[in-house]
Amino acid sequence: MRIIVPIKQVPNTNDVKIDPKTGTLIREGVDSIVNPEDLNAIEAALELRERLGGEVIALSMGPPQAADALKEVVAMGADEAYLLTDRALAGADTLATAYCLSRAITKLGDFDLIVCGRQAIDGDTAQVGPQMAEFLKVPQVTYACKLDVVEDSVVVERHLEDGFETVKARMPALVTVMREANRPRYPSMAGIRRACTEDVVHRWVATDFDAEPWRIGFDGSPTWVKRTFTPPPKAPGKRLEGTPRDVAKDLLKTFTEKNLL
Amino acid sequence: MELTPEQEMVRKSVRKFALEVVEPRAKEIDETCEFPWDTVKKMGEMGLMGICFPPEYGGAGLDTVSYAIAVEEISRVCGSTGITLAAHVSLGAHPIFAFGTEEQKRKYLVPLAKGEWIGAFGLTEPNAGSDAAGTETTAVKDGDSYVLNGTKIFITSASVAQVCIATAVTEKGKGTRGISAFLVEKGTPGFSVGTKEKKLGLHGADTSEIVFEDCRIPKENLLGREGEGFHIFMNALDGGRISIGAMALGIAQGALDACVKYSKERKQFGRRIADFQAVQWMIADMATEIACSRHLVYHSARLKDRGQRTTLESAMCKLFAGETAMRVTTKAIQIHGGYGYMRDYPVERYFRDAKLTEIGEGTSEIQRLVIARELLR
Ligand SMILES: Cc1cc2nc3c(=O)[nH]c(=O)nc-3n(C[C@H](O)[C@H](O)[C@H](O)COP(=O)(O)OP(=O)(O)OC[C@H]3O[C@@H](n4cnc5c(N)ncnc54)[C@H](O)[C@@H]3O)c2cc1C
Repeated sequence: MRIIVPIKQVPNTNDVKIDPKTGTLIREGVDSIVNPEDLNAIEAALELRERLGGEVIALSMGPPQAADALKEVVAMGADEAYLLTDRALAGADTLATAYCLSRAITKLGDFDLIVCGRQAIDGDTAQVGPQMAEFLKVPQVTYACKLDVVEDSVVVERHLEDGFETVKARMPALVTVMREANRPRYPSMAGIRRACTEDVVHRWVATDFDAEPWRIGFDGSPTWVKRTFTPPPKAPGKRLEGTPRDVAKDLLKTFTEKNLL
Repeated sequence: MELTPEQEMVRKSVRKFALEVVEPRAKEIDETCEFPWDTVKKMGEMGLMGICFPPEYGGAGLDTVSYAIAVEEISRVCGSTGITLAAHVSLGAHPIFAFGTEEQKRKYLVPLAKGEWIGAFGLTEPNAGSDAAGTETTAVKDGDSYVLNGTKIFITSASVAQVCIATAVTEKGKGTRGISAFLVEKGTPGFSVGTKEKKLGLHGADTSEIVFEDCRIPKENLLGREGEGFHIFMNALDGGRISIGAMALGIAQGALDACVKYSKERKQFGRRIADFQAVQWMIADMATEIACSRHLVYHSARLKDRGQRTTLESAMCKLFAGETAMRVTTKAIQIHGGYGYMRDYPVERYFRDAKLTEIGEGTSEIQRLVIARELLR
């Protein structure tokens, strides 16, 4: 099994506060972490490797300091890591990001599976995984809470809003996993030593993975952020009190008034 | 004090593990006196139980500073788990690494470093505490074996350990040169674990008695040479005291963390208690002494990593960090007021756990004696 896991370094949004005046995130002094669901992706990949053999390759696009995120997943057990880092890549939206990652994956050669986290906590788009699958022309299965490899296919239990769905896809394929999929292991002490003493993070610039200049970075990004804002707090819910009969009556009345029934 | 990226990563990873896995069990094991097997197993999987031994012996190959950081971060949330780790690495395993034969390392150090086994070190006896050379346990050579008789008390992890290093007199009248060290496996006939102690603190750590009754062990289980036992345990204590320093440092830091949080939440006289200068000064003093402890502990660890003898520095860091932990945890209860005296807040546990760091691996008085002896000789 050759498994590729794209990961993203993100600000720890648990620590992020919003500037009340400008409505933007205050990023100063905020820790950078590996996007939480990407750790689930790494864990899923490592579990498959432990069972079936093979290798797990981590991949990231970001500034030079994103190497720290890659080192962390190497310390967890990933075999190798690649960092796409180049000024020309800056300002990428999800499309340009997915393009670059898929170009790099093509450059890395054959693979059986790509495992991604469902979404990143800083953007919450959940787009990059599916876009990569499109670029690479492989089947995609999103929102996995369980995955297994059976012969030449990946069998995935998907967690949907209204239930579960089991999907089988022929490999090579791309799967995005959710937090519920597993419990990511901690970096091991031997892993930390390896990540810090060996040259485990390979750095690539745009030309190293044959990216077409017009499709990368700011110029390759059709998304424009018009405005960011904090949504106003939701109005508090209304509490209906009284006997069950009264409450039911009130509820029906409210529903009728609001044309919900 | 600048740490290497590796040491920073150790701190970050162990801290996360401590908060997510160790801390949620800390209060419970303090109350039930249960040994946290699950946590220890996970520490083994992470490589913490063999953090500073070479990979060829199942270790992670990190340095002593990283080891000290690991003990500090674990103790910051749970002293019991901290001492279990520290005693295992410095006392149970390190002497085998430093003095064992290749065969002994393969047989004992590898499973210890992988965390498959827990190790213990039996030095203290009913009549030989600070005066550890006053050992009364005897080991008599008989053909291809030694026969041990005697009792060890207050031994960390004695009832959970797979192998225990024990000191015994092999030649009477030779004083410190008549003491040897042995490796005794659990299950050896004549080896038994006696009373499990009821303690002030560290309830989640095992502290038990070991009894040797005509306990026959093969002569291959002699650690080092005959008569080298005293040297072996002095060496083990030089390393071990750094880890008790780190444990004390962690407990103190944990208590300070709790105070910073609490003093900003608790309101009296219409203000946060953090706004009272009396509280601020206590916090300032606590933080300053903790910073000093940290420098001393890491400094000693660094010297050890350079291969230097650290007798003086190890004694200093254990003395200062231990007494700091006691002062800090006392103030921590003070800052919490009556709530601090209750079990609902962690500071009373920190206070009880801290006291050991002024006693174990040599009392504060013995550390002063060692320091003075080093300076005045
Ligand atoms: C929780 C716990 C875990 C332990 N784990 C281990 C372990 O794993 N292995 C092990 O071998 N031991 C262990 N010990 C034992 C510990 O090392 C001893 O308790 C310690 O060395 C003190 O010995 P003692 O209790 O006999 O006290 P004593 O030596 O009787 O000391 C009593 C008092 O006299 C003072 N004193 C003694 N001699 C002098 C002197 N020369 N000058 C000035 N003052 C002096 C002491 O400082 C102390 O205040 C543990 C103890 C505890 C509490």
